[in-house]
Amino acid sequence: MSITTEKKTSLMDNLRTRLEGVNLRQNGIFLALIGLILFFAATTPNAASITPNNWSNLVVQNGYILVLAIGMVMVIIAGHIDLSVGSLAAFIGAVAGVLVVRPLEQDGWEWLPAFPWWAGILGAIVVGALVGVWQGFWVAYVGIPAFIVTLAGMLLFRGMALMTLQNSNIGPFPDEFRAIGNGFLDKENALGAAIGMGESFNIMALLVTAVGVIAIWIQTLSQRRGRIKYGQPVEPQTWFFVKNIVLTVMVAYVGFQLSQANGIPFTLLLLIFLIVLYTMIMNKTTFGRHIYAIGGNLHAAMLSGINVRRVNFWLFVNMGALAALSGVLIAARMNSAVPKAGDGFELDAISSVFIGGAAVQGGVGTVTGSMIGGLIQGVLANGMNLNSVGIDAQMTVKGLVLLLAVAFDVWSKNRK
Amino acid sequence: MTQNILEMQSITKVFPGVRALDNVSLNVSRGEIHAICGENGAGKSTLMKVLSGVYPHGTYEGDIVYENEIVEFKNIRESEAKGIVIIHQELALSPHLSIAENIFLNNEIKKFGLIDWNKTGQEAQLLMARVGLKENPNTKVMDIGVGKQQLVEIAKALSKRVKLLILDEPTAALNDEDSAHLLSLLRHLKEQGISCIIISHKLNEIATIADKTTIIRDGKTIETLDMKADNVDQERIIKGMVGREMANRYPAHESNPGAEIMRVENWTAHHPDDPSRVVVDHVNINVRKGEIVGIAGIMGAGRTEFARSLFGKSWGTNISGKVFINGQEIKVNTVKEAIKNGLAYATEDRKRFGLNLIDDIKRNISMASLDTFVKRGLVDDNKEFEVASGYRESMNIKAPSVLSVVGKLSGGNQQKVVLSQWINVKPEVLILDEPTRGIDVGAKYEIYTIIQRLADEGKGVIVISSELPELLGICDRIYALAEGRITGEVSKAEATPELLMKYMTTEKDTK
Repeated sequence: MSITTEKKTSLMDNLRTRLEGVNLRQNGIFLALIGLILFFAATTPNAASITPNNWSNLVVQNGYILVLAIGMVMVIIAGHIDLSVGSLAAFIGAVAGVLVVRPLEQDGWEWLPAFPWWAGILGAIVVGALVGVWQGFWVAYVGIPAFIVTLAGMLLFRGMALMTLQNSNIGPFPDEFRAIGNGFLDKENALGAAIGMGESFNIMALLVTAVGVIAIWIQTLSQRRGRIKYGQPVEPQTWFFVKNIVLTVMVAYVGFQLSQANGIPFTLLLLIFLIVLYTMIMNKTTFGRHIYAIGGNLHAAMLSGINVRRVNFWLFVNMGALAALSGVLIAARMNSAVPKAGDGFELDAISSVFIGGAAVQGGVGTVTGSMIGGLIQGVLANGMNLNSVGIDAQMTVKGLVLLLAVAFDVWSKNRK
Repeated sequence: MTQNILEMQSITKVFPGVRALDNVSLNVSRGEIHAICGENGAGKSTLMKVLSGVYPHGTYEGDIVYENEIVEFKNIRESEAKGIVIIHQELALSPHLSIAENIFLNNEIKKFGLIDWNKTGQEAQLLMARVGLKENPNTKVMDIGVGKQQLVEIAKALSKRVKLLILDEPTAALNDEDSAHLLSLLRHLKEQGISCIIISHKLNEIATIADKTTIIRDGKTIETLDMKADNVDQERIIKGMVGREMANRYPAHESNPGAEIMRVENWTAHHPDDPSRVVVDHVNINVRKGEIVGIAGIMGAGRTEFARSLFGKSWGTNISGKVFINGQEIKVNTVKEAIKNGLAYATEDRKRFGLNLIDDIKRNISMASLDTFVKRGLVDDNKEFEVASGYRESMNIKAPSVLSVVGKLSGGNQQKVVLSQWINVKPEVLILDEPTRGIDVGAKYEIYTIIQRLADEGKGVIVISSELPELLGICDRIYALAEGRITGEVSKAEATPELLMKYMTTEKDTK
């Protein structure tokens, strides 16, 4: 009898040691996302949620929110908030419209020089960064809480968007500009045609997917090897391979689906680039580490010699630039700069961040978590649309998901 | 039948790992002013928290007999209902409310469920007259001085029909005039039959006002002195407070001080909220290589303020003075500059000012020296892990790995993380503010060993502590600080607790 109980405890211990080093929260929301996708695959008519075109839509429809969420998670980790990003995106869309389109399309503006599309995008992002300088100045150097500064900004930039647009829309944008929000890599499948394949598969999409998968394996394996070399604890080997294989299958599946639609959207490439870049910034640069330190304990950060003002200032400059990029994506996708663009997007971005595991008090959060949080919201909205759920029920569900996700966080923290 | 209003009998209060109160007894007679003396951390405040119900009945052992019956307070409300009111050192007033509103806060005078403002004003006037506060009851509390705020607190206590008034360091933040007024008010209240317990470091005050003094040391009652007796004076109280025995709580160590490593000249700093108040007053100190220098001072003497103003001007305004490291004058305008020039400061309050409690050991250790881990623009987290693991080994930080979250460690281990953090900036001089506060005896011994090791490596170490035995046990030289000024400097050979306590309680010459 004693043998069986012994065996039981050792089995439990075994499991516990196996799960040690596994980030339950992060993996938990990832599993929730997969569950949600499976749920809608099963419930939507004709499995509409997992058709190639729907995958493509999911990416381009949520891209601009995800870009906002990258900047937002950084701001929230440092213990601030930014309510102005939706308005700012509208203002920047208007700026891009003025730079690129107005002289060509609107009467009476011929005297204005029209910028080429790329210079328009660059200019718009610079203006976004300058707006960030403005907000960063008030938050970091005057010491006004970000909530107030950005609440003011929310009104301010919406007003400036209206003024810039003079209560009308500016459009349409040149094709190159539109491509960022709506375009696809190698849409005509030129590569496929060259090697004698027709429209059926987008070879470029498959190639990109293959490169992506290889990159994931090289990166995770080399990181793991480096950690083992230095004696750092790592995830159990089985778990590591299971996780990577699941990830590979998912990436390959989405890539395959996209290859059957129009190919890889530019928005997706841009997003992947930003996610990799900002994950690195947050984990591997002193700037990112200082953000965590400030959010974790402001006083301790100050007494460690961290220039808190400078970090806060650049945080908002960065947020401004990313909100500008988001504004460009919105304008490109809608093919016109409109006064109502980005309305309420700040709230979607903030929800993404909190569903993604960030803490209201600051100090906690990840870029990838926020992306998963954003996708959970996107998949929910998309799936409910396909199931013909009304906007009323959609909002209710969205609200509850946010509340429950954060409640789960609080509850699991208290249990420890 | 007894004359005592309060008898606390054999009170024992245990915190995880610490016996804060051990069989403490305290008897207060009706209409007497009873002082409680003891060093910081001796258990005075804990005792008062037990009495007032902050630590509810059941969390301590022993009995509290109040007005001849055993009482079992579950919270402050219950003790206040019986007439026991405690006034803390940090006043519990709402600055934006008026004097009258504060006096009746949570005790409002109501008529038909609504606040009766006329009666409130009237009653407030009467109470204010009793404490000698001449102000308009509608004045906001933030607009009157600290001395008058103290009177508002007492008026508030009177409104609750106080029978036993407890004052924790009531005159610590007051000027002489306000202190004198407060003390005479206490005498006045005593005549009206209100008993009073006063916790104070100011021994001359105690000598003049108290009827009896109970001395607490290391959580134990040492003795109760009758202040009317002939032989009781300040020296006598000091003797009781510091005790005599000093066992092997400190590792043996032989320092070999070398050349002067740091000199501070005429360091002066003003209070950031009240720039007219000088908190650090022309301080001159020096430290030699391999020397452990102590700074002793009672609470509020300006110890931490001195250290923090020196460390990148992270506290105070209108800071002036000069700092030299190895004979070279250095600038310390920002924390970063101070670190770069060879200073390190480990805070007295590690949870609030020292650590990112939600992050791991590794990242806390590298926090102040993150730049040194950067390779090609990126932080090398493998190197970080290696360095942090080295400290875990050498400082004996008890945790499964350096990836453990700091908030879950014990106080002693957290303190070792703080020390590692600052040792890793490779400073010339380390200022350690209360390095052993709130940690158990074993961990203290380890910290002392670490401090001595740092000195042996040729660093200058400044230890700020309110525990005199600690300073006497590990320092080669001790400065005494009182009211922001250096009032004495004693070498290890000539240092005695009595001498230091005398310097620490030296007050400014009143003209």
